[in-house]
Amino acid sequence: MEQLLQHLVNGLVLGGTYALLGIGLTLIFGLMSVVNFAHGEFYTLGAYAAFAALAWAGLPFVAALLAAIAAGALLGALCERALLRPLRGHSIDTIMLVMIGVWIAMQNAELLAWGGVARSIPHPFPTAPLTLGPLNIAPLRLFVVLTAAALIGLAWLLIQKTRLGTAMRATFQDRDTAALMGVPIGRIHTITFAFGSALAAAAGALLGPVFLAYPSMGDLASLKAFSVVILGGLGNLAGATLGGLLLGVAEELGAGYVSSGYRDAVGFVAIILVLLFRPAGLFARAERIG
Amino acid sequence: MLKRLVSTALVALVVLALLPAGGDAQAPGPIKIGVIQPLSGPVAASGNYVRMGAEIARDWINARGGVNGRRVELVIEDNKSDPKEAASAAEKLIVRDKVPAIMGAWGSSMTLAAMPKLEEYGVPMVVETSSAASVTKRGNPWVFRISPPSEMEALGLEQYVEKLGVKKADFLAVNTDWGRGSITAFGDMLRKKGVQVGAAEFMEQAATDMNAQLTKIKQTGGDTLFLTTAVEQITLVLKQGQEQRLARKIITTGGSSSPTQLIKQAGAAAEGSYHIVFFMPWFPEAMPDGRLARAFVDEWTKRGNPFEGLTEGFRGHDGVATIVEAVRLAGRDEPKAIQEALWKVSFTGVNGPIKFEKDGPAGKESGQSKPSIFIVQVRDGKVALPDFLKK
Repeated sequence: MEQLLQHLVNGLVLGGTYALLGIGLTLIFGLMSVVNFAHGEFYTLGAYAAFAALAWAGLPFVAALLAAIAAGALLGALCERALLRPLRGHSIDTIMLVMIGVWIAMQNAELLAWGGVARSIPHPFPTAPLTLGPLNIAPLRLFVVLTAAALIGLAWLLIQKTRLGTAMRATFQDRDTAALMGVPIGRIHTITFAFGSALAAAAGALLGPVFLAYPSMGDLASLKAFSVVILGGLGNLAGATLGGLLLGVAEELGAGYVSSGYRDAVGFVAIILVLLFRPAGLFARAERIG
Repeated sequence: MLKRLVSTALVALVVLALLPAGGDAQAPGPIKIGVIQPLSGPVAASGNYVRMGAEIARDWINARGGVNGRRVELVIEDNKSDPKEAASAAEKLIVRDKVPAIMGAWGSSMTLAAMPKLEEYGVPMVVETSSAASVTKRGNPWVFRISPPSEMEALGLEQYVEKLGVKKADFLAVNTDWGRGSITAFGDMLRKKGVQVGAAEFMEQAATDMNAQLTKIKQTGGDTLFLTTAVEQITLVLKQGQEQRLARKIITTGGSSSPTQLIKQAGAAAEGSYHIVFFMPWFPEAMPDGRLARAFVDEWTKRGNPFEGLTEGFRGHDGVATIVEAVRLAGRDEPKAIQEALWKVSFTGVNGPIKFEKDGPAGKESGQSKPSIFIVQVRDGKVALPDFLKK
């Protein structure tokens, strides 16, 4: 029982970060129909930006987090303006290939700039865990999961409650009509891509100190983000959040009770089942299908 | 325009085709040695350190006038920490670069994936890091290993089991040929010594969150955790073990733990942990050839290479030195001649004496050297010899 509780706590903490990765990706796909293979690289960028801000510039932790978010947003906006805008209207395959190129270019640039050796990102939290009866959780992880929840909440507010969010949703539903109604589609796309990338960078800056920062760290993050998005349904924000938590818990329980060697397989089996029985995602509403 | 471009290209091609022929006539070119290492991907740090060590060996040999009057040149390929890439890197080195011998390919899974190419083309490879028993048991006569297989490592630890106070052990290993082989080897040795063996858990090579495995291991009530993976994951396991209040003696196997890097990156979480290593750069004088070891550490530091890489870097030196010694004995740089000469190699590298004995199925034996094995402990934020080894 104690073990089960600890597994659940671990799974939820892990799932919260998967969710943060997933919502950025799902937003970009949902609004722009761009399959962003470089998503994981923005995650890596966030981790290294946080490292530079903390270890070199000596900024406090929260400022470093903001710096990473800014770096992600900036590079995301740049990427959209320089590469995606000229290709708008091209087939999804062309754009996918371009994003694969961005992924490879960014990862190798990171390798060139930082070298292959993993870096440990300093953080101000005590390393001794908080203990609640039989449960242990590190203060840093608690901070990460709470910040992730706050960021997810902010993203939801932005999309549901602001004028910008309304314009984003209008673009998602029907781009041509939205354009006719005076929504500046170009700007909405730039903002969406920057926002999604900023969320990935935030995830990187949050998880970098929990794990380690290294150039290929984004590959695993990308994989998890895509899994989460498929679980939750493409373009579905709430679905990505729940999908993230679900994937985290499923992996944790699979590793704990089935076999740790097949940890990643558990997540993928879940995805195959979802694709077989609910191809639009677990949490797809009827109007999103098709 | 196009015509001129084509004719220029043709001229360039003809010139290029003539160049090497002209070169051969004047003086023999350098002796090429292929190197396959993980220079990117999850275990990139280790691969880059091995490369740095290999470059030191190359420069030392060339400074002494090369071998058989010819310079040594390294042709380095990245296997991206991926077995598939290791196989294609081997093929590229053999077919395109025509190297007569290779050193590689760090991880056991990568080495095993590259091995069929050696047999296909008949080119020997000196294996500098891989620990899985299968590397020398598959009947591939082109494989010569200077790193210890897990069984040899376990045997090296056997004498210290009581002194370490191991009564009930658990395992956590990377889910590769290396990790799986290590659990078998150390598990067998411990059972023979009457030690209880509890959980055997695995993690993917790129995995970063090991809380599930640690939560499970915590339930077994063991006193020691044998940890087999590269330094990046060891760092994460130590940190997450601390977060989970996992009170265990930790012993890492495989020699890729880089205790100095652990102290830097895992901090207090590394305190007290034991590490099996094959080079002790903290006290080079204690190595079989103290002078060589000291010179290697000095050269490494002089180049500005990170100190924490030395426990991997020496492998690169010893691997290249082994191949060059075989070339010297063979008197020429042909794959078959080098393979035959490797059996006659006998010299002392940074790790200690290197000399190959036959291993694997009769008639198709691979070469296996018997490397020196050491155990160190992290104490007060420094690397030290464990108490039971002190005089």
